[in-house]
Amino acid sequence: MSVARFWRKQDQRYNLMGTECQVCGRKFFPNKSMCPVCHRKSIGKMNKYQFSGNGIVESYTVVHAGMPQYRSQVPYILAYILLEEGDHILGQIVDCDPEDVDIGKKVEMVFRKLGQEGRSGTIYYGYKFRTIL
Amino acid sequence: MNKLSREVAIIGIGQTKFGENWDLSFRELGIQAGIEAIKDSGIESKVIDALYVGNMSAGLFMDQEHVASMVMEEVGLADRQVPATRVEAADASGALALRQGILDIASGHSNVVIVGGSEKVTDVTSDIASEFIMAGADRAWEGLFGASLPSLFALMARKHMHDFGTTREQLAQVAVKNHYNGARNPIAQFQREIDIDTVINANPIADPLGVFDCFPVSDGAAALVLCDMKTALEYCNDPVKIIGTGQGSDTISISNRKDITTIRSTVKAAERAYEMAGIGPSDIDVAEVHDSYTIAEILAIEDLGFFGKGEGGKAVEDGETALTGSIPINTSGGLKARGHPFGATGIAQINELVLQLRSKADGRQVNNVQKVLAQNLGGTGGTSLVHILEVA
Repeated sequence: MSVARFWRKQDQRYNLMGTECQVCGRKFFPNKSMCPVCHRKSIGKMNKYQFSGNGIVESYTVVHAGMPQYRSQVPYILAYILLEEGDHILGQIVDCDPEDVDIGKKVEMVFRKLGQEGRSGTIYYGYKFRTIL
Repeated sequence: MNKLSREVAIIGIGQTKFGENWDLSFRELGIQAGIEAIKDSGIESKVIDALYVGNMSAGLFMDQEHVASMVMEEVGLADRQVPATRVEAADASGALALRQGILDIASGHSNVVIVGGSEKVTDVTSDIASEFIMAGADRAWEGLFGASLPSLFALMARKHMHDFGTTREQLAQVAVKNHYNGARNPIAQFQREIDIDTVINANPIADPLGVFDCFPVSDGAAALVLCDMKTALEYCNDPVKIIGTGQGSDTISISNRKDITTIRSTVKAAERAYEMAGIGPSDIDVAEVHDSYTIAEILAIEDLGFFGKGEGGKAVEDGETALTGSIPINTSGGLKARGHPFGATGIAQINELVLQLRSKADGRQVNNVQKVLAQNLGGTGGTSLVHILEVA
């Protein structure tokens, strides 16, 4: 991906800023312009919402052969996480061994380097997760 | 409402061998499949009203867009300015092109339509191909965070194993069965049988999935000739009739789905196709499903209603989906062994089913095939298509 695509102003990639539907109270990450439940009633009523970053692992995999730009990081853990506000998110789990991860484990968000464009190219950042007790 | 305004039939099929076709360009692949289909049907090219081409990513793989026009030129129909349309829904592009052809004829607008699918992947290295494949899932909210396409299916696999007790051996058995079938299909990319140990001990990709749980890198093209039933009967006595077409969509990202042990787009596409056909899953004799990864075949046979949710792994283990089972799945070898040239796959599935209906599937022929079904998936299920066919 190009530099502009990485550097496009995206609050949500750095601090889990999502949206809340003021009609039904559902919270969404990534942000949505319209509530998929309330539809037109939600137009103009989607407010920014700060997610806590806490969640539970619902599934995970250890990636051994990733995409080229992540190859230097293998093996790494990728998880499908249920955030405590009720929406799911996909992210890496870091600071632990694969044996420490299981379905049902609690995790919290951390801010990390995601990758880099080539050897001396743009570094890009975003959220990852780590296990908590 | 959910009916075609007039009957649509398949009267010809054609296909290249799938695999690493170093000697063939995109143009050559497409024309080979197209010529075969036209020869098989007996039509003259002057009767062709329209052409639809399923192609996932000529732009990424070959730096070439606008491939419908290119194929039209190659087929020699450019002088008549026959309308040609390229259709894209990641690796469901082929079946989506078929659906456009069906609707075009059913509407009464066209009588004879060529539907093709083609993909040239080996012009780039397999490394780069694996990145481009991720374009069919969510690059911004999955890919950027380290997800590859197999890792997304691995997440589904682990959850399915956790929730339903599906085993590693059951996943592996999908690949073993499909290689067995592929060894009986002359156009399949892989012609060798494998055993469960080979699958389980293979290099890991994203656990629990290893390299033998994943589709290979393939080039290939497939084509078919579609027409209204009245025209079909001028060319043959036993046209294959399309009795159901269904399409469903879902979020492109799996993280926006509440449940990753079911592909809702497949469930809905199947419901719509069954309703149109006026039949149910128990009426199907043979099915080709989208086994891009072994777990995808288990999800498909559950979501299509052949087995209950969570019972797919056991059904595969018990041989229910083998050539001699109650519902043979992927007699062609599937994406796993026949190969998976993305845009061509949805058409190749139909071609195999036509061979089964014509009793021309040689060493993999199933007895007394009356009704057949194909399911083609885009990415992780952002798009799903289901088609049901029978001999008219």
